[in-house]
Amino acid sequence: MKRISWQTLFTWIMFAFMYFPILVLAFYSFNASRFSAGWEGFSLRWYASMIQDQRILSALQDSLTVAIAAVAVSAVLGTMMAVGLAKFRFPGKSLYRGVSYLPLIVPDIAIAVATLVFLASIGLALSLWTVIAAHIVFCLAYIAIVVSTRLSGLNPHLEEAALDLGANPFQAFMKVLLPEIAPAIVSGCLLAFVLSMDDFLISSFTAGGGATTLPMEIFSRVRTGVKPDMNALSVVLILASGALAFASEYIRYRSEQRRLGQ
Amino acid sequence: MAVSPSSASTPVQTSSPSIANRLSRLVQPLLLLAPAGVWLLLLLVIPTLMILNISLIPGLRPGEIPGAYGLGNFLRIFDPINLRVMGRSLYFAIGTTIICLLLGFPVAYWIALLSPPRWRNLLLVAFVLPLWTSSLLRDYAWITILRPTGVLNSLLGAIGLPPQSLLNTGTAVIIGLSYSFLPYMVLILYASLEKLDRRLLEAAADLGANARQAFLKVTVPQTLPGIAAGSLLVFIISLGDFIAPELLGGASSMTIARLIYNQFLGATRNWGFGSALSMILILAVSLAIALLLKYGDRDIESY
Repeated sequence: MKRISWQTLFTWIMFAFMYFPILVLAFYSFNASRFSAGWEGFSLRWYASMIQDQRILSALQDSLTVAIAAVAVSAVLGTMMAVGLAKFRFPGKSLYRGVSYLPLIVPDIAIAVATLVFLASIGLALSLWTVIAAHIVFCLAYIAIVVSTRLSGLNPHLEEAALDLGANPFQAFMKVLLPEIAPAIVSGCLLAFVLSMDDFLISSFTAGGGATTLPMEIFSRVRTGVKPDMNALSVVLILASGALAFASEYIRYRSEQRRLGQ
Repeated sequence: MAVSPSSASTPVQTSSPSIANRLSRLVQPLLLLAPAGVWLLLLLVIPTLMILNISLIPGLRPGEIPGAYGLGNFLRIFDPINLRVMGRSLYFAIGTTIICLLLGFPVAYWIALLSPPRWRNLLLVAFVLPLWTSSLLRDYAWITILRPTGVLNSLLGAIGLPPQSLLNTGTAVIIGLSYSFLPYMVLILYASLEKLDRRLLEAAADLGANARQAFLKVTVPQTLPGIAAGSLLVFIISLGDFIAPELLGGASSMTIARLIYNQFLGATRNWGFGSALSMILILAVSLAIALLLKYGDRDIESY
């Protein structure tokens, strides 16, 4: 018999550790009992109560509105920023680049506080719109990073060749550059979407009473203890983000294969 | 270069760098970079300068007329009770970093060097997949496990061990943080271990080093930049994390992030003090980033 090394064993234990909490949530989401930690039979009642819960549904709607709007704007602004940073040299470029990294580095709580103070001092009423504006800041940064990484691995002469062959800058961008960076834009958007759906702090600080996103709703419920319908919601959300993660990895894998094939 | 002959053979185009051409060279970068730049300026740079400003006004509460400038908010941090909060935040962040390093290194090592090469990418993706799920839900899952009537105590009871009451303790916070951020550590260590020159390990073995010596004298020094980068990253994100201490730590685990939250959305509202704490947090993180840029691995900046 082949001897299993301690490293192999340890890694499998750590894999189990990573998935154990998720499996626990899934297990209890099908448990008929409300309070007991023990198993009292299979039931879908928590899933039923979740999809009938108006507050959860309206929070989901708010979250989706914020994520879709923020990602749509960020996809355009972030891509433009990445292309601009890759193509041009100008004074203050490193400062610009440094500022664009800030949302990835500065803790959410500090960004949330700063945004709240800013919105309060210009007297803007907090609403779904202020949440979207605040989410664009970090979505933009993540999309720009992903697109920049792809751009840095790209042949810079492709676009020049298109220009030499008589394309105008807009055509060169649409026909040559965009198809090359499209997979990066899509996976950047998926990442930004998941982060936006997941964000609790920045939303809480910029929503006021005007909106309640899903993480805010979940937070207000779970801080007072375990709620079985939250288990069901967790399972649904985890499956959804798992699917997005898979899509993103697949796109990245495909574009890498294509690049290697060239 | 294949490009130069073509541009030389079309003198008609290059001889007239028209005004329109020069203008477009100026307008293009502006068009591409200004929208995002304005957004970041308005909603990130100016707000940060604003909290720096109000952190210097002691005792500011919403709706009040600001008083005179002073360092009162920063001096309040030296109250014993607030110093204890800072110390606890550092303890959570450092504890999490050490645990992630100890747990993450063998995993990254196994995936990068010992697993079948065909499976390497898939194994890595599978390990970091939980990162994509909501951090709120991951911490919530640990409530289910650690609460007095939770999974852990059911399992302990089943094998005849005494129950543990871990929920609402610092240990629970460190468990939650380590679980949440372990994938980052593994990602960065993997990137570093993957580049490890295996010939060095073979050479060490040829020269009579045992596995342990080869590991300590070759593997660890070679991956030191990755270790530094992973550790600093985990340190930074656990220092600023709000949800794990809030949900798993209970009243006794006040951290800097929770204290900031309370100054704005909690019971004790004090925007000036909250802003000062935010500036301290930003300063601590900047310091860690400066260390990362100085000693870290340049290739993994993209994470």
